[in-house]
Amino acid sequence: MQQTAIEAKRRRAGRGMSLERRRARTAWLFLAPSLIVILLVAGYPLFRTIQLSFTQTSLLQFPLKSHVVGFLNYKFLLQDSQWWHSVLNTVVFTVVSVGIETVLGLGIAMLVNAKFPGRGAMRTAMLIPWAIPTVVSAQMWRWMYNDVYGVINDIFMKLHLTDKAYAWLANPKLMMPAVISVDVWKTTPFMALLLLAGLQSIPGELYEAGRVDGANPWQNFVRVTLPLLRPALLVALIFRTLDALRVFDAIYVMTGTNPNTMSMAVYARQQLVDFGALGYGSAMSVGIFVIIGLFVVAYVVSLGVEVD
Amino acid sequence: MRRRRGVGYYLSQVAFAILVVLVFIYLVFPFFWAISSSLKTPNELFATPLVYWPPIPQWHNYVEVFTAQPFAHNLLNSLIVAGLTTLLALLIGGTAAYALGRIRFGGKRTIFYGILGVSMFPQIAILGGMFVLIRTLHFYNTWWGLILSYMVFTLPFTVWVLTSFVREIPRELEEAAFVDGATPVQSLLRVLLPVMAPGLVTAGLLAFIQAWNEFLFALTFTVDNHARTVPVAIALFSGASQYVLPWAQIMAASVIVTVPLIILVLIFQQRIVAGLTAGAVKG
Repeated sequence: MQQTAIEAKRRRAGRGMSLERRRARTAWLFLAPSLIVILLVAGYPLFRTIQLSFTQTSLLQFPLKSHVVGFLNYKFLLQDSQWWHSVLNTVVFTVVSVGIETVLGLGIAMLVNAKFPGRGAMRTAMLIPWAIPTVVSAQMWRWMYNDVYGVINDIFMKLHLTDKAYAWLANPKLMMPAVISVDVWKTTPFMALLLLAGLQSIPGELYEAGRVDGANPWQNFVRVTLPLLRPALLVALIFRTLDALRVFDAIYVMTGTNPNTMSMAVYARQQLVDFGALGYGSAMSVGIFVIIGLFVVAYVVSLGVEVD
Repeated sequence: MRRRRGVGYYLSQVAFAILVVLVFIYLVFPFFWAISSSLKTPNELFATPLVYWPPIPQWHNYVEVFTAQPFAHNLLNSLIVAGLTTLLALLIGGTAAYALGRIRFGGKRTIFYGILGVSMFPQIAILGGMFVLIRTLHFYNTWWGLILSYMVFTLPFTVWVLTSFVREIPRELEEAAFVDGATPVQSLLRVLLPVMAPGLVTAGLLAFIQAWNEFLFALTFTVDNHARTVPVAIALFSGASQYVLPWAQIMAASVIVTVPLIILVLIFQQRIVAGLTAGAVKG
């Protein structure tokens, strides 16, 4: 009865045009503003960046005067040892920080998944590092790392972990670990929150069954938790990897353009803005885009995101 | 069924409690240290051995942030840029999310994947092209330049989170409106909008935080305090001399911009976690 009423309504509203086509037209109308804006702010800049990468252009002159140099910028890029060094830095940063964050995040997620007094406060505390702007957290840690007045040296020496004060952000060997530690502090809670959502979807009966079968906690973790957490773990991992590959803020604020920690993004911005090399910097941008793009494709394919 | 609670049980409980406390300290200590430093006099700040909490907390650093630095102006810039970015993203992202979450049409998959892809765009990959766009539109060193460029990450993100919310809304609601003779626009405004409110709050909050915290574009597309936002100001804080950084002021400014975010997080805790996991896990 109701069904036929809807059908009749649809037929009347259609006025010759099929419902299918009417709905499609509405959909495109609703999508239009977003698509136009995305084309303007993502499509056009991407097109211009690629175009500029084949030219030699100075950022300082506007309107731009550029002359086409073909693949010259890319040839330079392949031979630029500083570029490859920054690629290596970025990969080291990504692998180490995401690795530690995953293990630590899983640990914290399991901790918070247990019931204990003050659990609510703990969950709130987990959101603090996530909510703090990266620049602010970088400045906070930079002050904590200070070689003379820094609290890190003080605590480490009080705990007898180190016997003297270190210049964490100036010592070539300590810079990268110091920068990675800040990223770990800032993003582990985010990882833990994503994993916690996954943990909470695991039915308790499974652990109950494991207990009846006499499984120890480690067996429970390996046989029940890990396999069921795999989808959530995969998403969190890929998310963080993509994020870490484009790292800029933390490194720029804490160690500037120092070659020991310089990431791909920091080097590209240095070329583009500080040196005004719009052409060469753009070629570098395309390089970063390709590297990260490969990860995005892997991401979309491996997840097979559902639309309907 | 109940096992006897031996020494081992209590030991493991104590170990667990210690672990919880350690993790808690790890998470909040840097913020505690920023607050403590911001309340110190210069003598306490540069004292050895270190002063962990000033005996008489001083507020002068908070005053100096506004008198010695143009921080009030930076805060205003940040509020306007992040606020307008969020409103714009919700407005145009909301209708797109409705189309993607509700209407069946050809090409939807492509559009959805396209938007998903843009949301993962590394900002650095379009920095040069974006600079040219902003210069061409005469938006360099203005709020509009930042608002426009922030669309590149807030809009896809908003569409994405909102689409997952729209999908959760029962279809019967619209069918009912449809029977009553509502057009798609009417059903969006009268029926879906009220139901979508929680989704809009979540997406808006996350978009606001993203825009508020953004650094790379803000650093590149502004030259002075005319449009400079808070993160850039905090990164570039300078003191009396080039070599002495005004650490107490930097910490005071850091606390000032972080406290509103923490309050927002406290109020909307559940929503934020729901939004993050909706965006991330469901895709």
